Amino acid sequence: MFDRAEIAVQAAVDAGAAYADARAMILKTEQIEVQDEKLDALDVDERIGVGVRALIGSSWGFASTGDLSDAGLAECGREAAAVATASAIVAGPALEFADVPVVQTSWETPYEEDPFAVSTSEKIDMLVDITKTMKAVKGVSIAFGSVSGWDTNKWFVSSQGHRIHQHIVETGGHYSATAVGEHETQVRSFPQSWGQFETGGYEVIRKWDFPTHAQRIAEEAVALLTAPELEERETNLVLESSQLALQIHESVGHAIELDRILGWEAAFAGTSHLQLDKLGVHRYGSDLMNITADATIPGALGTFGYDDEGAPARRVDIVKDGIWVGTLSGRDSAAVAGLEGGSGGMVRGDGYNRIPMVRMTNVGLLPGEGTLDEIIADTDDGVYMSTNRSWSIDDKRLNFQFGCEIGWEIKNGKLGRMVKNPTYTGITPQFWGRMDRLAGESEWVHWGIPNCGKGQPVQVAHTGHSASPARFAATRVGVKG
Amino acid sequence: MSTVDPNIAAANDLSDQVLSIVGDRAEAAVYSRVGTAALTRFANSFIHQNVSDQVADVSLTIARGGRVAVGHTTSTSPEALEDWVARTIATADAQDVDDDWAGVAPPQDVAPIDHFDDEIASASPSTRAEFVKDFVDAGDGLLAAGMCETVAFGDAFRSSKGQEASGRWTRIVLDGIHQTDTTAGAGHSSGPSIASIDAAGAGREAATRALDGVGAFDAKPDRYEVVLGPEAMATIVQFLAFYGFNGRSYNEGMSFAKPGEERFDGQVALFDDATDPRAIGVAFDNDGTPKRRVDLIRDGAVQTIVHSRKTAKKAGVDPTGNSYKAEDGFGDGEPFADRMFLNGGSQTEEDLIGQVDRGIYVSTFNYCRILDPKTLVVTGLTRNGTFMIENGRITGPVTNLRFTQSFIDALGPGQVGGFADNARFAAGEFAMATVHTPSAWLRSWNFTGGADG
Repeated sequence: MFDRAEIAVQAAVDAGAAYADARAMILKTEQIEVQDEKLDALDVDERIGVGVRALIGSSWGFASTGDLSDAGLAECGREAAAVATASAIVAGPALEFADVPVVQTSWETPYEEDPFAVSTSEKIDMLVDITKTMKAVKGVSIAFGSVSGWDTNKWFVSSQGHRIHQHIVETGGHYSATAVGEHETQVRSFPQSWGQFETGGYEVIRKWDFPTHAQRIAEEAVALLTAPELEERETNLVLESSQLALQIHESVGHAIELDRILGWEAAFAGTSHLQLDKLGVHRYGSDLMNITADATIPGALGTFGYDDEGAPARRVDIVKDGIWVGTLSGRDSAAVAGLEGGSGGMVRGDGYNRIPMVRMTNVGLLPGEGTLDEIIADTDDGVYMSTNRSWSIDDKRLNFQFGCEIGWEIKNGKLGRMVKNPTYTGITPQFWGRMDRLAGESEWVHWGIPNCGKGQPVQVAHTGHSASPARFAATRVGVKG
Repeated sequence: MSTVDPNIAAANDLSDQVLSIVGDRAEAAVYSRVGTAALTRFANSFIHQNVSDQVADVSLTIARGGRVAVGHTTSTSPEALEDWVARTIATADAQDVDDDWAGVAPPQDVAPIDHFDDEIASASPSTRAEFVKDFVDAGDGLLAAGMCETVAFGDAFRSSKGQEASGRWTRIVLDGIHQTDTTAGAGHSSGPSIASIDAAGAGREAATRALDGVGAFDAKPDRYEVVLGPEAMATIVQFLAFYGFNGRSYNEGMSFAKPGEERFDGQVALFDDATDPRAIGVAFDNDGTPKRRVDLIRDGAVQTIVHSRKTAKKAGVDPTGNSYKAEDGFGDGEPFADRMFLNGGSQTEEDLIGQVDRGIYVSTFNYCRILDPKTLVVTGLTRNGTFMIENGRITGPVTNLRFTQSFIDALGPGQVGGFADNARFAAGEFAMATVHTPSAWLRSWNFTGGADG
């Protein structure tokens, strides 16, 4: 497929592009959904095509096609250049572009068991059994489960000489039990609210031992219907690690995207409360807060060999001892911002037909010390919340409100009553500044989020977020409608 | 309608090819889409990303003896289609019988609409750039950001039971903000034709909101009366559709909506109708079922739940033509109203504001998320233009507020002061140009947090 991408790149350069690159891609997706012991959906998606990017003046032009003929690809390359040229009607300063090493290489996700080679009947049988277990619990209205696999081959070619082939394999799954009351619904999910997804093969599903937790999940969903509401107050908040992963995603991951900081996403996704002149001095959180963006973590969902600009995967410090020290960047944004070190290697596109843009890799909170049990034992009064149910944050990534599926009161160092509809709210730097306990490596999980939306047309990215449980002092909880 | 539209011809050819390849081996439903989606983005007052996607996409639903599988592909050479069809059939064969399988669509007449504009179909990158220029220039030096999108597609459906439908459609969207150092204001214009766009007007509205927002103060979180602009109302309507009038949610007992119940104020009337002359899109759904007007709320009472063939069978009703056809291929087949019209009133937006003693004007909501689908309690924020209303007039800007509010209660009996006469396609949070809505005056809205939490 390198030859297909080369035709498109050459046509863009011949049409006047100062730089051009292209990704030829073959993407396969399998999605299986089972509800109440019956197969509900079995979708097999296959997308093959080429997307070419051309830089002329201040703008990227991007065109894509599924027509892989020589003529179709050459036309696609010319279209990318023409689209970029038209941008001169509303032009800005010429776009700068940081260097990355020019390589000809390949990279593949390490995996043991091809998820597409495992029979669909095996996957369906597992989900049927899980939903049967959950549905047998009195009060469960809906028992749902899903397994997904992605197999992506992409061939990256640039006018600077890059030739990179990558084969990325991702697998994940999810199940949930929903209990419907007269005026409310309650849900519990496993492993987290949208599932767990990792780079790797079907061993990911086996590792998480999906069937074992179905009974407990179902019983908790039903119990929530009669549990008391969490009262509104200010207290110690202890977060389970998957909820903390989403907190990181929303209040750190998006805020540190350099394209947002530069205003490139202002109209849609928004901007950021972070300002580049405060890089290196802005206090993001407490001394316990150490965040990295690391695309090299084995098995994490945001792991790859090279980004979609040919930059190698890297680990970059984002927050160190509570101080903001890094961003998520690409070749253009790093150059425009004048960042030392050039591109962070964090630019990816959603399929062949979307222009690559700054995306999170694995943006995670490095572990602290101790365990969740020790944190709870050390808490006189508070609430423990688990598993995300709702998430909302403003366009600068400051003012947030999250809801979890389940919570428990903490009294005198012990978990007490289960509470339903637990919510908490806060302002990003103040909230992170009140993180006073952080569990250690034994409870550190590389959570994966498969549905991060950004850009126009909207692109969906797969991102990773490592986290262990943590405690936040003096947090407002129990916000109600 | 032109009989030689190249996108329709190509979509028809793809669907015919796939159905022919399937032959008599299985029940089959094929949906093909061919055309161009192009989008020009601007930020910091210049164009920075400009994209064009040549789309040729086919989806195939196969059923053999009640064993069902769905496939999608963008690889459309005859050899690739042969291989893909064979694999989709093999996937279906490996499954158990689906008791809920409703069969493929039988022959039915489809409304002869043609929501198509030649000017959009032939729009060049320069066409979009000129609209962007109008929007940017209207800000007179303010910092602009946003996008202009043009879409021109031909869609074709075929079923093995003989249903044949095809159509073409266009859409243009201009959506953006103007910014000062401390504020932003939004403007939007969209529709099925170039003539429906007023880029300079949208730019002026955005600039006015941005400038009027300077010097905002923090309003105390509390219950307020609100006047919501069309963008904010579009988001509310999208929540009603997704969680309430959705046949799957209804079948599962997750919906608040029960036909006949007067859950809303008597002034609320909402319908879904892709055949309305103002609408965007074709007159058949992802299942090939003809689209028609479906009343969702009339005189405040819930009327109809929308269904695909699958959810209709489960509910024991006829499908309503609302099996969703996603533009990105994801979410196909879900029962979803996406061509909705909320009734307008006879007063101007200023008239509505004039009747509010103390309230908040909201142009746009941001990052709204559901807390509970049965009560439709949602949390979110205001964005790009929030203003205090006192004694019937806007007295100043306020910083963005967080709310936690049941959207059903907000539109409940006695809670709607009135609707304005400014109904238009608006940019809801989850899609643009799918909801045609006016501004609304609502008597109570629960703001639960301010800029400081």
